[in-house]
Amino acid sequence: MGVAEALSIKSEADELISSYVHCLDDDRIEEWPEFFTEDGVYKIVGRDNVDRNLPIATMSCHGKGMMKDRVNAIRNASVYSPRYLRHLVGSVQVVGQEGESHLVQANFVVFQTLQDEETKVFMAGKYRSKIVFVDGSPKFQEKIVIYDSLQIPGLLVIPL
Amino acid sequence: MATTQQPAAHIERLWPKEGISRIPYWIYTDPAVYDLEQQKIFQGPAWNYVGLEAEIPKPGDFKATFIGDIPVVVTRTLDGSLKAFVNKCAHRGALVCREHFGNAKDFTCIYHQWRYDLSGKLLAVPFRRGVPEGDIRVGGMPDDFQMAEHRMQALKVEAVNGVVFASFDHGMTPFREYLGELMMYYFERVFDGRPLRSLGRMSQKIAGNWKLMAENIKDPYHASLLHVFLVTFGLFRADQKSKVEMDETGRHAVLVSRKGEQKASEGTSDIARLKSDYVLHDPSLLNRRKEFKDENTVVMQTLFPGLIIQQQTNTLAMRQILPKGPHHFDLVWDFFGYADDDEEMAGFRLKQANLMGPAGLVSIDDVEALEMCHKGFREHPEEAAVLEMGGRDSRNENHMVTESAIRGFYKYYREIMGWA
Repeated sequence: MGVAEALSIKSEADELISSYVHCLDDDRIEEWPEFFTEDGVYKIVGRDNVDRNLPIATMSCHGKGMMKDRVNAIRNASVYSPRYLRHLVGSVQVVGQEGESHLVQANFVVFQTLQDEETKVFMAGKYRSKIVFVDGSPKFQEKIVIYDSLQIPGLLVIPL
Repeated sequence: MATTQQPAAHIERLWPKEGISRIPYWIYTDPAVYDLEQQKIFQGPAWNYVGLEAEIPKPGDFKATFIGDIPVVVTRTLDGSLKAFVNKCAHRGALVCREHFGNAKDFTCIYHQWRYDLSGKLLAVPFRRGVPEGDIRVGGMPDDFQMAEHRMQALKVEAVNGVVFASFDHGMTPFREYLGELMMYYFERVFDGRPLRSLGRMSQKIAGNWKLMAENIKDPYHASLLHVFLVTFGLFRADQKSKVEMDETGRHAVLVSRKGEQKASEGTSDIARLKSDYVLHDPSLLNRRKEFKDENTVVMQTLFPGLIIQQQTNTLAMRQILPKGPHHFDLVWDFFGYADDDEEMAGFRLKQANLMGPAGLVSIDDVEALEMCHKGFREHPEEAAVLEMGGRDSRNENHMVTESAIRGFYKYYREIMGWA
Protein backbone atom coordinates (compact mmCIF):
# COMPACT_ATOMS: atom_id res chain seq x y z
CA MET A 1 0.00 0.00 0.00
CA GLY A 2 1.35 3.41 -0.94
CA VAL A 3 1.63 6.29 1.51
CA ALA A 4 -1.27 8.16 -0.06
CA GLU A 5 -3.55 5.12 0.18
CA ALA A 6 -2.47 4.42 3.77
CA LEU A 7 -3.24 8.01 4.76
CA SER A 8 -6.57 7.81 3.03
CA ILE A 9 -7.50 4.61 4.96
CA LYS A 10 -6.48 6.26 8.22
CA SER A 11 -8.52 9.33 7.41
CA GLU A 12 -11.60 7.25 6.45
CA ALA A 13 -11.28 5.15 9.62
CA ASP A 14 -10.90 8.28 11.72
CA GLU A 15 -14.02 9.80 10.20
CA LEU A 16 -16.02 6.57 10.68
CA ILE A 17 -15.08 6.25 14.36
CA SER A 18 -15.68 9.93 14.95
CA SER A 19 -19.17 9.80 13.40
CA TYR A 20 -19.87 6.62 15.36
CA VAL A 21 -19.14 8.15 18.77
CA HIS A 22 -21.07 11.34 17.99
CA CYS A 23 -24.05 9.20 16.99
CA LEU A 24 -23.97 7.45 20.37
CA ASP A 25 -23.25 10.55 22.43
CA ASP A 26 -26.01 12.50 20.67
CA ASP A 27 -28.48 9.73 21.54
CA ARG A 28 -29.16 8.84 17.92
CA ILE A 29 -28.81 5.13 18.66
CA GLU A 30 -31.35 4.19 15.97
CA GLU A 31 -28.58 5.06 13.47
CA TRP A 32 -26.00 2.95 15.30
CA PRO A 33 -26.52 -0.32 13.32
CA GLU A 34 -25.90 1.59 10.08
CA PHE A 35 -22.21 1.87 10.91
CA PHE A 36 -21.93 -1.88 10.38
CA THR A 37 -22.11 -4.26 7.42
CA GLU A 38 -25.28 -6.40 7.22
CA ASP A 39 -23.54 -9.32 8.98
CA GLY A 40 -21.29 -7.10 11.09
CA VAL A 41 -20.20 -8.26 14.53
CA TYR A 42 -20.23 -6.05 17.59
CA LYS A 43 -18.93 -7.19 20.95
CA ILE A 44 -18.10 -5.62 24.28
CA VAL A 45 -15.65 -7.81 26.17
CA GLY A 46 -13.74 -7.49 29.41
CA ARG A 47 -9.98 -7.34 29.06
CA ASP A 48 -9.58 -10.14 31.63
CA ASN A 49 -11.59 -12.52 29.44
CA VAL A 50 -9.55 -11.56 26.37
CA ASP A 51 -6.32 -12.17 28.29
CA ARG A 52 -7.56 -15.55 29.50
CA ASN A 53 -8.94 -16.48 26.09
CA LEU A 54 -12.50 -16.88 27.41
CA PRO A 55 -15.37 -16.27 24.99
CA ILE A 56 -18.09 -14.51 27.03
CA ALA A 57 -19.14 -11.04 25.86
CA THR A 58 -20.88 -8.48 28.05
CA MET A 59 -22.84 -7.43 24.95
CA SER A 60 -22.75 -9.16 21.58
CA CYS A 61 -24.58 -8.66 18.30
CA HIS A 62 -24.12 -10.78 15.23
CA GLY A 63 -25.63 -8.89 12.33
CA LYS A 64 -27.66 -5.70 12.10
CA GLY A 65 -30.83 -7.52 13.21
CA MET A 66 -29.47 -8.10 16.69
CA MET A 67 -28.23 -4.51 16.81
CA LYS A 68 -31.71 -3.22 15.98
CA ASP A 69 -33.12 -5.47 18.69
CA ARG A 70 -30.65 -4.03 21.19
CA VAL A 71 -31.74 -0.50 20.22
CA ASN A 72 -35.39 -1.44 20.49
CA ALA A 73 -34.78 -2.92 23.95
CA ILE A 74 -32.94 0.21 25.10
CA ARG A 75 -35.82 2.40 23.90
CA ASN A 76 -38.80 0.22 24.77
CA ALA A 77 -37.95 -2.54 27.21
CA SER A 78 -35.08 -1.80 29.57
CA VAL A 79 -35.57 0.25 32.71
CA TYR A 80 -32.69 2.57 33.58
CA SER A 81 -32.20 6.09 34.84
CA PRO A 82 -31.42 8.91 32.41
CA ARG A 83 -27.74 9.40 31.59
CA TYR A 84 -25.39 11.21 29.26
CA LEU A 85 -22.38 9.45 27.81
CA ARG A 86 -19.39 11.18 26.27
CA HIS A 87 -16.71 9.35 24.30
CA LEU A 88 -13.17 10.58 23.81
CA VAL A 89 -11.25 8.58 21.23
CA GLY A 90 -7.47 8.62 20.96
CA SER A 91 -5.45 8.63 17.80
CA VAL A 92 -6.67 6.03 15.29
CA GLN A 93 -4.06 3.54 14.14
CA VAL A 94 -4.24 1.29 11.08
CA VAL A 95 -2.39 -1.85 12.11
CA GLY A 96 -2.84 -4.18 9.16
CA GLN A 97 -5.03 -5.68 6.51
CA GLU A 98 -6.85 -9.02 6.20
CA GLY A 99 -8.13 -9.50 2.67
CA GLU A 100 -10.50 -6.60 2.04
CA SER A 101 -10.68 -5.50 5.67
CA HIS A 102 -8.47 -2.96 7.37
CA LEU A 103 -7.49 -3.61 10.97
CA VAL A 104 -7.81 -0.45 13.00
CA GLN A 105 -7.40 0.27 16.69
CA ALA A 106 -7.99 3.25 18.95
CA ASN A 107 -8.15 3.92 22.67
CA PHE A 108 -11.29 5.38 24.18
CA VAL A 109 -12.58 6.82 27.42
CA VAL A 110 -16.28 7.20 28.19
CA PHE A 111 -17.56 9.64 30.78
CA GLN A 112 -20.99 9.12 32.27
CA THR A 113 -23.21 11.75 33.81
CA LEU A 114 -26.22 10.58 35.79
CA GLN A 115 -28.88 13.02 36.87
CA ASP A 116 -28.05 14.83 40.12
CA GLU A 117 -24.50 13.49 40.06
CA GLU A 118 -21.13 14.74 38.94
CA THR A 119 -19.54 13.42 35.76
CA LYS A 120 -17.44 10.30 36.28
CA VAL A 121 -15.17 8.16 34.14
CA PHE A 122 -17.38 5.24 33.19
CA MET A 123 -15.05 3.17 31.14
CA ALA A 124 -11.63 3.08 29.52
CA GLY A 125 -10.57 0.65 26.85
CA LYS A 126 -9.73 0.00 23.28
CA TYR A 127 -11.60 -0.36 20.00
CA ARG A 128 -10.33 -3.13 17.77
CA SER A 129 -12.10 -2.92 14.43
CA LYS A 130 -12.19 -4.48 11.01
CA ILE A 131 -13.30 -1.91 8.49
CA VAL A 132 -14.40 -2.65 4.92
CA PHE A 133 -15.67 -0.41 2.15
CA VAL A 134 -19.22 -1.04 0.99
CA ASP A 135 -20.12 0.95 -2.13
CA GLY A 136 -17.23 3.24 -1.30
CA SER A 137 -18.32 3.89 2.32
CA PRO A 138 -16.40 2.54 5.28
CA LYS A 139 -18.34 0.16 7.56
CA PHE A 140 -17.45 -1.95 10.56
CA GLN A 141 -17.32 -5.58 9.61
CA GLU A 142 -16.32 -6.21 13.19
CA LYS A 143 -15.94 -3.95 16.18
CA ILE A 144 -14.62 -5.39 19.43
CA VAL A 145 -14.73 -3.08 22.42
CA ILE A 146 -12.23 -4.29 25.02
CA TYR A 147 -12.70 -2.62 28.40
CA ASP A 148 -10.21 -2.19 31.22
CA SER A 149 -12.85 -1.07 33.70
CA LEU A 150 -13.75 -4.58 34.79
CA GLN A 151 -15.95 -3.42 37.67
CA ILE A 152 -18.69 -1.81 35.62
CA PRO A 153 -20.22 1.05 37.61
CA GLY A 154 -23.89 0.06 37.81
CA LEU A 155 -25.20 -0.66 34.33
CA LEU A 156 -23.98 -0.82 30.79
CA VAL A 157 -27.00 0.19 28.72
CA ILE A 158 -25.85 2.05 25.62
CA PRO A 159 -23.32 0.45 23.26
CA LEU A 160 -19.79 1.83 23.62
CA MET B 1 -3.45 -19.86 64.63
CA ALA B 2 -5.00 -18.30 67.69
CA THR B 3 -7.88 -16.05 66.72
CA THR B 4 -9.97 -14.44 69.37
CA GLN B 5 -13.47 -13.68 68.19
CA GLN B 6 -14.73 -10.41 69.54
CA PRO B 7 -18.18 -10.69 71.06
CA ALA B 8 -20.86 -9.55 68.63
CA ALA B 9 -21.63 -5.88 68.82
CA HIS B 10 -24.87 -5.33 70.61
CA ILE B 11 -27.39 -3.62 68.37
CA GLU B 12 -30.11 -1.68 70.15
CA ARG B 13 -32.75 -2.33 67.55
CA LEU B 14 -36.03 -4.22 67.60
CA TRP B 15 -37.49 -6.04 64.63
CA PRO B 16 -41.06 -4.88 63.86
CA LYS B 17 -43.67 -6.85 65.83
CA GLU B 18 -45.27 -8.23 62.64
CA GLY B 19 -42.24 -10.52 62.16
CA ILE B 20 -41.04 -11.66 58.74
CA SER B 21 -43.74 -9.79 56.83
CA ARG B 22 -41.89 -6.56 57.72
CA ILE B 23 -38.27 -5.89 56.83
CA PRO B 24 -36.89 -2.88 58.69
CA TYR B 25 -34.86 -0.62 56.41
CA TRP B 26 -32.07 -0.17 58.97
CA ILE B 27 -30.87 -3.73 58.32
CA TYR B 28 -29.73 -2.46 54.92
CA THR B 29 -28.08 0.76 56.06
CA ASP B 30 -26.76 0.46 59.65
CA PRO B 31 -22.96 -0.13 59.63
CA ALA B 32 -23.24 -2.08 62.92
CA VAL B 33 -25.66 -4.52 61.27
CA TYR B 34 -23.28 -4.84 58.34
CA ASP B 35 -20.35 -5.67 60.64
CA LEU B 36 -22.41 -8.21 62.55
CA GLU B 37 -23.45 -9.88 59.26
CA GLN B 38 -19.83 -10.27 58.24
CA GLN B 39 -19.13 -12.02 61.54
CA LYS B 40 -22.30 -14.07 62.02
CA ILE B 41 -23.09 -14.90 58.41
CA PHE B 42 -20.13 -14.77 56.03
CA GLN B 43 -17.51 -15.75 58.64
CA GLY B 44 -20.03 -17.95 60.41
CA PRO B 45 -21.59 -21.35 59.71
CA ALA B 46 -22.04 -20.98 55.95
CA TRP B 47 -20.69 -22.51 52.76
CA ASN B 48 -19.57 -19.60 50.57
CA TYR B 49 -19.13 -20.04 46.83
CA VAL B 50 -15.55 -19.27 45.79
CA GLY B 51 -15.34 -20.59 42.24
CA LEU B 52 -15.59 -23.41 39.74
CA GLU B 53 -13.02 -26.18 39.62
CA ALA B 54 -12.80 -25.48 35.88
CA GLU B 55 -11.33 -22.05 36.73
CA ILE B 56 -8.34 -23.65 38.47
CA PRO B 57 -7.80 -26.96 36.67
CA LYS B 58 -4.01 -27.38 36.98
CA PRO B 59 -1.77 -27.83 40.04
CA GLY B 60 -0.60 -24.39 41.14
CA ASP B 61 -3.65 -22.62 39.66
CA PHE B 62 -5.18 -20.05 41.99
CA LYS B 63 -8.10 -17.66 42.12
CA ALA B 64 -8.34 -14.67 44.43
CA THR B 65 -11.86 -13.80 45.49
CA PHE B 66 -13.82 -12.80 48.60
CA ILE B 67 -15.96 -14.30 51.31
CA GLY B 68 -18.16 -11.45 52.41
CA ASP B 69 -15.70 -8.56 52.28
CA ILE B 70 -12.65 -10.65 53.30
CA PRO B 71 -10.14 -11.41 50.52
CA VAL B 72 -9.46 -15.15 50.17
CA VAL B 73 -7.49 -17.34 47.80
CA VAL B 74 -8.52 -20.74 46.50
CA THR B 75 -5.78 -22.94 45.04
CA ARG B 76 -5.18 -26.30 43.49
CA THR B 77 -2.17 -27.76 45.25
CA LEU B 78 0.47 -29.99 43.70
CA ASP B 79 -1.39 -33.16 44.70
CA GLY B 80 -4.52 -31.85 42.98
CA SER B 81 -6.46 -31.10 46.16
CA LEU B 82 -8.22 -27.76 46.70
CA LYS B 83 -7.27 -25.41 49.52
CA ALA B 84 -8.46 -21.98 50.56
CA PHE B 85 -7.07 -19.39 52.94
CA VAL B 86 -7.51 -15.79 53.96
CA ASN B 87 -5.42 -13.56 51.68
CA LYS B 88 -3.51 -11.84 54.48
CA CYS B 89 0.11 -12.12 55.52
CA ALA B 90 0.58 -13.56 59.02
CA HIS B 91 3.26 -10.93 59.65
CA ARG B 92 1.73 -7.48 59.11
CA GLY B 93 -1.65 -8.20 57.56
CA ALA B 94 -0.77 -7.26 53.98
CA LEU B 95 -2.70 -8.66 51.03
CA VAL B 96 -0.41 -11.35 49.62
CA CYS B 97 -1.97 -12.56 46.35
CA ARG B 98 -2.63 -9.57 44.11
CA GLU B 99 -3.85 -11.18 40.88
CA HIS B 100 -7.35 -12.55 40.19
CA PHE B 101 -6.10 -15.71 38.52
CA GLY B 102 -2.75 -17.34 37.88
CA ASN B 103 -0.45 -20.23 38.46
CA ALA B 104 2.17 -20.20 41.20
CA LYS B 105 4.55 -22.47 43.06
CA ASP B 106 4.13 -20.46 46.24
CA PHE B 107 3.01 -17.03 47.47
CA THR B 108 5.38 -14.35 48.74
CA CYS B 109 4.31 -11.21 50.56
CA ILE B 110 5.87 -8.18 48.86
CA TYR B 111 6.67 -6.37 52.09
CA HIS B 112 9.13 -8.61 54.00
CA GLN B 113 8.92 -11.58 51.65
CA TRP B 114 7.39 -14.09 53.99
CA ARG B 115 6.76 -17.04 51.74
CA TYR B 116 3.82 -19.47 51.89
CA ASP B 117 2.98 -22.72 50.14
CA LEU B 118 -0.15 -23.25 48.04
CA SER B 119 -2.18 -24.06 51.15
CA GLY B 120 -1.14 -20.86 52.94
CA LYS B 121 1.37 -22.55 55.25
CA LEU B 122 4.41 -20.44 56.14
CA LEU B 123 7.57 -21.76 54.44
CA ALA B 124 10.21 -19.09 54.93
CA VAL B 125 10.90 -15.87 56.83
CA PRO B 126 13.91 -13.91 55.49
CA PHE B 127 16.58 -13.14 58.12
CA ARG B 128 14.87 -15.49 60.52
CA ARG B 129 18.32 -16.33 61.98
CA GLY B 130 19.58 -12.73 61.69
CA VAL B 131 22.85 -11.76 59.99
CA PRO B 132 26.42 -12.79 60.91
CA GLU B 133 28.54 -10.22 62.74
CA GLY B 134 31.96 -11.62 63.54
CA ASP B 135 31.42 -14.95 65.28
CA ILE B 136 27.86 -14.37 66.27
CA ARG B 137 24.57 -13.69 64.50
CA VAL B 138 22.62 -10.57 65.29
CA GLY B 139 18.94 -9.83 64.82
CA GLY B 140 16.46 -12.40 63.59
CA MET B 141 13.43 -13.98 65.16
CA PRO B 142 13.52 -15.22 68.76
CA ASP B 143 14.78 -18.79 69.07
CA ASP B 144 11.38 -20.04 70.09
CA PHE B 145 9.59 -18.54 67.06
CA GLN B 146 7.47 -21.37 65.65
CA MET B 147 6.87 -21.27 61.89
CA ALA B 148 3.96 -23.69 62.31
CA GLU B 149 2.10 -21.20 64.49
CA HIS B 150 1.98 -18.59 61.76
CA ARG B 151 0.21 -19.17 58.49
CA MET B 152 -2.41 -17.52 56.32
CA GLN B 153 -5.70 -18.48 58.00
CA ALA B 154 -6.94 -21.79 56.58
CA LEU B 155 -10.55 -22.18 55.45
CA LYS B 156 -12.55 -25.38 55.19
CA VAL B 157 -13.14 -26.35 51.55
CA GLU B 158 -15.63 -28.62 49.86
CA ALA B 159 -15.89 -29.16 46.12
CA VAL B 160 -19.26 -30.47 44.96
CA ASN B 161 -19.52 -31.68 41.37
CA GLY B 162 -17.15 -29.00 40.11
CA VAL B 163 -18.27 -26.12 42.35
CA VAL B 164 -15.97 -24.96 45.15
CA PHE B 165 -17.27 -23.71 48.49
CA ALA B 166 -15.30 -22.51 51.51
CA SER B 167 -16.11 -21.74 55.11
CA PHE B 168 -14.48 -19.97 58.06
CA ASP B 169 -16.21 -22.53 60.26
CA HIS B 170 -14.11 -25.70 60.44
CA GLY B 171 -16.98 -27.52 62.12
CA MET B 172 -19.25 -26.89 59.11
CA THR B 173 -21.72 -29.66 58.22
CA PRO B 174 -21.19 -31.28 54.80
CA PHE B 175 -22.54 -29.23 51.87
CA ARG B 176 -25.24 -31.77 51.12
CA GLU B 177 -26.66 -31.37 54.64
CA TYR B 178 -26.30 -27.59 54.47
CA LEU B 179 -28.53 -27.57 51.38
CA GLY B 180 -31.03 -30.23 52.44
CA GLU B 181 -32.48 -32.82 50.10
CA LEU B 182 -34.74 -30.58 48.03
CA MET B 183 -32.15 -27.85 47.38
CA MET B 184 -29.54 -30.51 46.63
CA TYR B 185 -31.90 -31.94 43.99
CA TYR B 186 -31.93 -28.58 42.17
CA PHE B 187 -28.18 -28.10 42.64
CA GLU B 188 -27.46 -31.49 41.08
CA ARG B 189 -29.86 -30.76 38.25
CA VAL B 190 -27.20 -28.39 36.84
CA PHE B 191 -24.13 -29.82 38.57
CA ASP B 192 -24.55 -33.50 37.90
CA GLY B 193 -20.84 -34.25 37.88
CA ARG B 194 -20.20 -33.49 34.21
CA PRO B 195 -16.99 -31.46 33.81
CA LEU B 196 -17.70 -27.75 33.42
CA ARG B 197 -16.16 -25.18 31.11
CA SER B 198 -15.61 -21.63 32.29
CA LEU B 199 -16.82 -19.11 29.68
CA GLY B 200 -15.58 -16.00 31.48
CA ARG B 201 -16.73 -13.43 33.96
CA MET B 202 -18.44 -10.07 34.17
CA SER B 203 -18.58 -7.84 37.19
CA GLN B 204 -20.48 -4.75 38.23
CA LYS B 205 -20.61 -2.40 41.20
CA ILE B 206 -24.11 -1.80 42.49
CA ALA B 207 -25.14 0.99 44.85
CA GLY B 208 -27.25 -1.03 47.24
CA ASN B 209 -27.09 -3.46 50.15
CA TRP B 210 -26.11 -7.05 49.28
CA LYS B 211 -29.34 -8.53 50.67
CA LEU B 212 -31.35 -6.74 47.98
CA MET B 213 -29.71 -8.94 45.35
CA ALA B 214 -30.47 -12.17 47.20
CA GLU B 215 -34.08 -11.00 47.69
CA ASN B 216 -34.44 -10.10 44.03
CA ILE B 217 -33.96 -13.73 42.99
CA LYS B 218 -36.37 -14.89 45.71
CA ASP B 219 -39.04 -12.54 44.39
CA PRO B 220 -41.00 -13.90 41.42
CA TYR B 221 -43.65 -11.21 41.97
CA HIS B 222 -41.45 -8.50 40.43
CA ALA B 223 -40.29 -10.58 37.48
CA SER B 224 -43.71 -10.60 35.83
CA LEU B 225 -44.06 -6.85 36.16
CA LEU B 226 -40.66 -5.23 35.75
CA HIS B 227 -39.08 -7.21 32.95
CA VAL B 228 -40.57 -6.48 29.52
CA PHE B 229 -38.21 -8.93 27.93
CA LEU B 230 -39.10 -11.82 30.22
CA VAL B 231 -42.82 -11.29 30.12
CA THR B 232 -43.15 -10.42 26.46
CA PHE B 233 -41.32 -13.49 25.26
CA GLY B 234 -42.80 -15.72 27.94
CA LEU B 235 -39.40 -16.45 29.50
CA PHE B 236 -40.79 -15.97 33.00
CA ARG B 237 -44.32 -14.84 33.71
CA ALA B 238 -47.03 -15.16 36.34
CA ASP B 239 -49.41 -17.16 34.12
CA GLN B 240 -46.85 -19.91 33.50
CA LYS B 241 -46.43 -23.15 35.39
CA SER B 242 -44.07 -22.28 38.19
CA LYS B 243 -43.15 -22.75 41.82
CA VAL B 244 -41.19 -21.31 44.70
CA GLU B 245 -39.47 -23.76 47.02
CA MET B 246 -37.16 -23.51 50.02
CA ASP B 247 -35.13 -25.71 52.30
CA GLU B 248 -36.43 -26.32 55.83
CA THR B 249 -34.63 -23.31 57.30
CA GLY B 250 -35.83 -20.91 54.60
CA ARG B 251 -32.29 -19.70 53.84
CA HIS B 252 -32.02 -21.30 50.38
CA ALA B 253 -34.66 -21.11 47.67
CA VAL B 254 -35.48 -21.79 44.03
CA LEU B 255 -37.78 -20.14 41.54
CA VAL B 256 -38.84 -22.57 38.86
CA SER B 257 -40.75 -21.81 35.67
CA ARG B 258 -41.59 -23.07 32.19
CA LYS B 259 -41.50 -21.02 29.03
CA GLY B 260 -44.83 -19.77 27.70
CA GLU B 261 -45.88 -17.99 24.53
CA GLN B 262 -45.86 -14.34 23.54
CA LYS B 263 -49.56 -13.76 24.06
CA ALA B 264 -51.91 -12.18 26.49
CA SER B 265 -54.02 -14.45 28.67
CA GLU B 266 -56.37 -14.02 31.61
CA GLY B 267 -53.35 -14.25 33.89
CA THR B 268 -51.52 -11.44 32.14
CA SER B 269 -54.13 -8.70 32.40
CA ASP B 270 -52.24 -7.06 35.28
CA ILE B 271 -48.98 -7.06 33.34
CA ALA B 272 -48.90 -3.56 31.91
CA ARG B 273 -45.52 -4.15 30.37
CA LEU B 274 -46.45 -7.19 28.26
CA LYS B 275 -46.07 -6.01 24.68
CA SER B 276 -47.72 -8.45 22.32
CA ASP B 277 -46.61 -6.40 19.30
CA TYR B 278 -42.93 -6.43 20.28
CA VAL B 279 -40.95 -8.29 17.62
CA LEU B 280 -37.32 -9.27 17.32
CA HIS B 281 -35.54 -8.63 14.03
CA ASP B 282 -33.36 -11.58 14.90
CA PRO B 283 -35.33 -14.11 16.97
CA SER B 284 -32.30 -16.40 17.15
CA LEU B 285 -31.69 -14.89 20.60
CA LEU B 286 -34.54 -17.08 21.81
CA ASN B 287 -33.32 -20.26 20.11
CA ARG B 288 -32.70 -22.89 22.72
CA ARG B 289 -32.22 -26.55 23.30
CA LYS B 290 -33.72 -28.63 26.07
CA GLU B 291 -30.85 -29.92 28.17
CA PHE B 292 -32.19 -30.87 31.60
CA LYS B 293 -34.27 -33.83 32.63
CA ASP B 294 -37.44 -31.83 33.36
CA GLU B 295 -39.49 -29.35 31.33
CA ASN B 296 -38.48 -26.33 33.41
CA THR B 297 -36.81 -23.60 31.40
CA VAL B 298 -35.83 -21.34 34.29
CA VAL B 299 -34.44 -22.45 37.62
CA MET B 300 -32.93 -19.67 39.69
CA GLN B 301 -31.48 -20.94 42.93
CA THR B 302 -30.28 -18.75 45.79
CA LEU B 303 -27.90 -20.39 48.25
CA PHE B 304 -27.32 -18.64 51.54
CA PRO B 305 -25.61 -16.34 51.95
CA GLY B 306 -24.43 -14.89 48.64
CA LEU B 307 -24.77 -17.20 45.65
CA ILE B 308 -27.27 -17.22 42.82
CA ILE B 309 -27.21 -20.15 40.41
CA GLN B 310 -28.74 -18.99 37.15
CA GLN B 311 -30.29 -21.30 34.61
CA GLN B 312 -32.34 -19.24 32.14
CA THR B 313 -32.89 -21.42 29.05
CA ASN B 314 -29.29 -22.26 28.07
CA THR B 315 -27.46 -19.47 29.85
CA LEU B 316 -25.79 -20.74 33.01
CA ALA B 317 -23.96 -18.58 35.52
CA MET B 318 -22.92 -18.33 39.11
CA ARG B 319 -23.65 -14.86 40.46
CA GLN B 320 -21.50 -14.12 43.48
CA ILE B 321 -22.72 -11.34 45.74
CA LEU B 322 -19.79 -9.57 47.41
CA PRO B 323 -20.76 -6.97 50.02
CA LYS B 324 -18.63 -3.80 50.07
CA GLY B 325 -19.99 -1.93 53.06
CA PRO B 326 -23.70 -1.43 53.76
CA HIS B 327 -24.32 0.71 50.68
CA HIS B 328 -22.57 -1.22 47.90
CA PHE B 329 -21.94 -4.70 46.60
CA ASP B 330 -20.11 -6.20 43.68
CA LEU B 331 -21.98 -8.70 41.56
CA VAL B 332 -19.61 -11.13 39.86
CA TRP B 333 -21.03 -13.33 37.10
CA ASP B 334 -19.12 -16.53 36.33
CA PHE B 335 -20.62 -17.88 33.09
CA PHE B 336 -20.11 -21.53 32.29
CA GLY B 337 -21.16 -24.45 30.16
CA TYR B 338 -20.17 -28.10 30.06
CA ALA B 339 -16.85 -29.36 28.72
CA ASP B 340 -18.71 -31.52 26.18
CA ASP B 341 -20.94 -28.73 24.78
CA ASP B 342 -21.11 -28.95 21.00
CA GLU B 343 -20.66 -25.85 18.87
CA GLU B 344 -24.37 -25.13 18.59
CA MET B 345 -24.89 -25.33 22.36
CA ALA B 346 -21.82 -23.17 23.03
CA GLY B 347 -23.36 -20.65 20.60
CA PHE B 348 -26.71 -20.65 22.44
CA ARG B 349 -24.98 -20.01 25.75
CA LEU B 350 -22.95 -17.09 24.43
CA LYS B 351 -25.86 -15.50 22.57
CA GLN B 352 -28.31 -15.83 25.47
CA ALA B 353 -25.72 -14.20 27.74
CA ASN B 354 -27.14 -10.99 26.20
CA LEU B 355 -30.06 -11.44 28.60
CA MET B 356 -27.81 -11.38 31.65
CA GLY B 357 -24.88 -9.51 33.17
CA PRO B 358 -24.24 -5.76 33.56
CA ALA B 359 -25.67 -5.14 30.06
CA GLY B 360 -28.31 -7.87 30.22
CA LEU B 361 -31.60 -7.25 28.44
CA VAL B 362 -33.28 -8.56 31.58
CA SER B 363 -30.83 -7.87 34.39
CA ILE B 364 -30.45 -4.15 33.67
CA ASP B 365 -33.93 -3.59 35.10
CA ASP B 366 -33.09 -5.28 38.41
CA VAL B 367 -30.08 -3.11 39.15
CA GLU B 368 -32.13 0.01 38.58
CA ALA B 369 -34.86 -1.27 40.94
CA LEU B 370 -32.37 -2.28 43.65
CA GLU B 371 -30.59 1.06 43.59
CA MET B 372 -33.92 2.90 43.82
CA CYS B 373 -34.91 0.80 46.84
CA HIS B 374 -31.60 1.44 48.58
CA LYS B 375 -32.02 5.20 48.13
CA GLY B 376 -35.35 4.91 49.90
CA PHE B 377 -33.82 2.87 52.76
CA ARG B 378 -31.11 5.47 53.39
CA GLU B 379 -33.63 8.26 53.56
CA HIS B 380 -36.03 6.38 55.86
CA PRO B 381 -34.09 3.81 57.92
CA GLU B 382 -36.79 3.61 60.62
CA GLU B 383 -39.47 2.44 58.20
CA ALA B 384 -40.03 -1.11 56.98
CA ALA B 385 -40.94 -3.03 53.84
CA VAL B 386 -44.40 -4.62 53.68
CA LEU B 387 -44.03 -8.18 52.44
CA GLU B 388 -47.51 -9.68 52.47
CA MET B 389 -47.82 -10.88 48.88
CA GLY B 390 -48.89 -14.52 49.08
CA GLY B 391 -49.42 -14.40 52.84
CA ARG B 392 -47.32 -13.66 55.91
CA ASP B 393 -45.53 -16.98 56.32
CA SER B 394 -42.84 -18.77 54.33
CA ARG B 395 -44.37 -21.79 52.63
CA ASN B 396 -43.48 -23.43 49.33
CA GLU B 397 -45.94 -22.34 46.63
CA ASN B 398 -46.97 -23.46 43.14
CA HIS B 399 -47.26 -19.93 41.75
CA MET B 400 -45.30 -16.73 41.37
CA VAL B 401 -47.53 -14.24 43.08
CA THR B 402 -45.75 -14.48 46.38
CA GLU B 403 -42.90 -13.07 48.45
CA SER B 404 -42.73 -16.25 50.50
CA ALA B 405 -39.06 -16.99 49.80
CA ILE B 406 -37.98 -13.50 50.92
CA ARG B 407 -39.82 -14.12 54.19
CA GLY B 408 -38.05 -17.50 54.40
CA PHE B 409 -34.68 -15.78 54.04
CA TYR B 410 -35.53 -13.41 56.90
CA LYS B 411 -36.82 -16.20 59.07
CA TYR B 412 -33.31 -17.66 59.03
CA TYR B 413 -31.56 -14.27 59.01
CA ARG B 414 -33.35 -13.25 62.19
CA GLU B 415 -32.29 -16.47 63.91
CA ILE B 416 -28.64 -16.20 62.99
CA MET B 417 -28.44 -12.46 63.72
CA GLY B 418 -30.20 -12.78 67.07
CA TRP B 419 -33.57 -11.13 66.32
CA ALA B 420 -35.69 -14.26 66.36
